[in-house]
Amino acid sequence: MLAQRIAQQSVRRLAAQTPAYRFAAPAAIAMGNTSFAAPRRHAATQPLSDHEASSEILAKQRLNRPVSPHLGIYKPQITWYGSALNRVTGVALSGAFYLFGGLYLIAPTLGWHLESSVLAASFAAWPLVLKAAAKFTVAMPFTYHSFNGLRHLVWDTASMITNKQVQQTGWAVVGLSVVSSLALAFM
Amino acid sequence: MALRLASRRFAPGFAPQVFRRSMATTIEHTKGEPISTAAEAATASRPPIPASKTTNVKEPSMDKEALTKTFHIYRWNPDEPTSKPKMQSYTLDLNKTGPMMLDALIRIKNEIDPTLTFRRSCREGICGSCAMNIDGVNTLACLCRIPRDEKQEARIYPLPHTYVVKDLVPDLTQFYKQYKSIQPYLQRDSPPEDGRENRQSKAERRKLDGLYECILCACCSTSCPSYWWNSEEYLGPAVLMQSYRWIADSRDEKTAQRMDGLNNSMSLYRCHTILNCSRTCPKGLNPALAIAEIKKSMAFT
Repeated sequence: MLAQRIAQQSVRRLAAQTPAYRFAAPAAIAMGNTSFAAPRRHAATQPLSDHEASSEILAKQRLNRPVSPHLGIYKPQITWYGSALNRVTGVALSGAFYLFGGLYLIAPTLGWHLESSVLAASFAAWPLVLKAAAKFTVAMPFTYHSFNGLRHLVWDTASMITNKQVQQTGWAVVGLSVVSSLALAFM
Repeated sequence: MALRLASRRFAPGFAPQVFRRSMATTIEHTKGEPISTAAEAATASRPPIPASKTTNVKEPSMDKEALTKTFHIYRWNPDEPTSKPKMQSYTLDLNKTGPMMLDALIRIKNEIDPTLTFRRSCREGICGSCAMNIDGVNTLACLCRIPRDEKQEARIYPLPHTYVVKDLVPDLTQFYKQYKSIQPYLQRDSPPEDGRENRQSKAERRKLDGLYECILCACCSTSCPSYWWNSEEYLGPAVLMQSYRWIADSRDEKTAQRMDGLNNSMSLYRCHTILNCSRTCPKGLNPALAIAEIKKSMAFT
């Protein structure tokens, strides 16, 4: 029984010697000195590379991960609010332009009257408050988008792009567009 | 991002290298945009359970003259993958806490709740580990003072629109991959003139000031709404600034190739000059300016 065990252990030791090269100093291998103690493992192992196993666990974990909150929690700042407003006003202006242009094109076939004189006459009949409000609603996106467009043109030359200048020009554009659209509304 | 990485790993390698898209060399965009649409569908953010519906853990022994402040902290545990993220509240006595947000986090972890997880290392703003969203702005917790106002409650989230590994720890794999894709190292074909080192004039060296100091904390990239929606292909401010750091380097000889890698609709031009990046940088750098310089040099070559 004991002899059998000793034989078994020495066989195991021999088998275990091959991977042990990895831990040996290169000099020892060069000298042909492989008589160092081979590390013994009494646990069963699986032929699965570390990389393979960990990446599989990682891939599974990644499927469950939530996306951290973004738009809802980021502090309102002139930088990104101004940029969002620039895009929204751009979309609204071009959308309104295409909508009206398309309607104007097909108006004769539908029998509608969208000529300038007709529109001007019907608009003139509105009460003053409503007229001013409607004009302001149209003027505000236009002025904001135009003034902010100037900022973008300047930025493209890589100037006026420090934090302080960006905040100053941002608020200046907001103020300027409100004032100028009020002026346009009561013109 | 996670979905994409996971699916890429198992995707069979049919596509020849030419048709594959690496990060800094996106081929011209075609209709459909399969990657972006898939990502859009997958990035439905799970809003956390609000702090009003979770408990508030208080400091064990509160003094009479305590300067109390409540911190609402985003929590999510990967060991319970189906549970929703939540905002957990902790109330601390600021007189017993250090001055910075990181001190508060460490104190909560040490004395109140050891399960709270976050990254930290140097505690002096040089490692970039503790980048997180504090009171709505991305910054380093170690450089962010706790406001002494008791009424004002602090809210701490992980970096916005990142995949959460646990609590305040975001998965930055994609960010690092993108950094790798711009080849952030000196590339030269010719040996140095004196055979010893690549020399540079003082003026040439000065061009790198404000660029090389970046610690890659990812605060700017994750503050950029454009990067939130396009992080698969848009490189983001931090990586673009590092790209410019090598474009601007007089010793580098691959400038043309570097610029060529950015010359597509996604890598660089998803920057819409929103400028959140420069506003949030905890090191006071200006990624927006670096990106503007790249765009300018691309337009005039």
